[in-house]
Amino acid sequence: MTGPAPPSRPAAFPANWPVRIAYAGLLVYTLYVCSILDVSLARLLSGLDHAAKLFGRMFPPNSAPDKLSLIADGMIESIQIAILSTFFGTLLSLPLGLAAARNLVPLWLASTARMVIAVCRSFHPIIISILFVKAVGFGALAGMLALVISSMGFVSKLFAEILEEISLKQIEAIRATGASFINVLIFAVVPQVIGRFIGLSVYQFDSNLRNSTMVGIVGGGGIGAALFTAYQRFDYDVVLTILLIIIALIILCEIASSRIRTVTQ
Amino acid sequence: MSSPTPTRQWQRFTPFQRIVRSMLMIIGVTALVWSFKTIEIIPEFLYDAPEQAADLFVRMWPFDWAFYPKAVHEALIETFHIATLGTLLALVLAMPLAFLSARNITRSPVLNWLAQVLFVSSRSVNSLIWALLFVAIFGPGALAGVMSIAFRSIGFIGKLFGEALEEAQKGPVDALVATGAPHAVVLAKGIWPQVEPSFWSVALLRWDINIRESAVLGLVGAGGIGVALDNALSNLYWDQVGLIMAVIFVVVIIVEMITSSIRARLI
Repeated sequence: MTGPAPPSRPAAFPANWPVRIAYAGLLVYTLYVCSILDVSLARLLSGLDHAAKLFGRMFPPNSAPDKLSLIADGMIESIQIAILSTFFGTLLSLPLGLAAARNLVPLWLASTARMVIAVCRSFHPIIISILFVKAVGFGALAGMLALVISSMGFVSKLFAEILEEISLKQIEAIRATGASFINVLIFAVVPQVIGRFIGLSVYQFDSNLRNSTMVGIVGGGGIGAALFTAYQRFDYDVVLTILLIIIALIILCEIASSRIRTVTQ
Repeated sequence: MSSPTPTRQWQRFTPFQRIVRSMLMIIGVTALVWSFKTIEIIPEFLYDAPEQAADLFVRMWPFDWAFYPKAVHEALIETFHIATLGTLLALVLAMPLAFLSARNITRSPVLNWLAQVLFVSSRSVNSLIWALLFVAIFGPGALAGVMSIAFRSIGFIGKLFGEALEEAQKGPVDALVATGAPHAVVLAKGIWPQVEPSFWSVALLRWDINIRESAVLGLVGAGGIGVALDNALSNLYWDQVGLIMAVIFVVVIIVEMITSSIRARLI
């Protein structure tokens, strides 16, 4: 005697065809792009050979005193660029971010400020550096100005978002005392956002430090110039020394900035 | 008659916090003053900066529109492909590392730490510097660009995706483990559905950034629109430079609008 067949149950995890098709599409796209960009296994394998040679020439890192003092000069200039560009960039972001906060200023001003921010944000710091190298000549000033612009783009955008989230109750309370717009800003707006603004500035310092190691490649001052020269002269051991120093500095800075952000927030 | 009770003084910060805060402030101001005093700026260059900048814009306008079909369009498509393929490669490489870095999934501090070190090194080296290395390895061209975009993005995607993994709830995992599901199924059906939206959100965010970054990789020979930009710059064809910058601006704005609208729907 056989019992009734067990009722068929729906599969526990039914196949999700739209997702599968999407993944298949990504795969097809990948293969297509690999073919038109001339990305192939053969090239990757021949690259491994070059990579082995490259790393062979990189080790050991060059630690000759004259190179180290050159690198130290470049690093110090990079750090200076990062500090000054963060200072001016965040300082200019205060009014720009305020002007872009739709809850505090008239709409025409907010949209204009948003346009300015969009222009600052959409160009890579390197492209801005190229323009400033043309305008103010080679050297740290060009790199610094470029990073000021890109800092303004990033910090003002997020600062405007922070400002749009603030509580309007304090503003109403201060306004009810007959305070002027400036007083409303100082006593109602600033206390609500200052902590997060400082956090943002510290984060931007981190990012400026990363970029200040690079602007030298196009003549914007800092360690990038030394790195690019060493690279073009095939002094790969010096390149490795510079890279290791950059990585160490940025890790240190990242640890410090995450500590500072927990203190201020 | 009662003696006046001493009123309690309320303070926002403990003495230690106040010391830390003032120390930070002093360090900040010192660093700023030191940078101002010692940075090397040649003032003579500053005098004619406004003229030079004005000259720059005069030379840029009107754009050399004829240049677009000749060299820019193809380079633009290549830039787009470099950014997309680089992001996809980074996703594939970063995902296992992110699982290694998440403390609730991989219970080995050494492996967690190793993954974190890889992420930090990937993020510390700028994409242009990665591009220099990969041009030395693979020769000039799009392959070097794809690899540098991928290696720069591993750290970013891995860190953010790892954080999302650490926030995943334990409930579904426990339920699957209780049914005796193998480890791979626990990952695929217990954890992945929880983190999938944030995974694609991080991927889109990075793709948006990579479109921007891949536009400059050509300056060191790693393919894309940067090559056209570099040629225009070294020939001092500023009208072509202006056109390329305008094209980059438009593409970046469009991509940002697309990604931010998709991300708003994902989360």
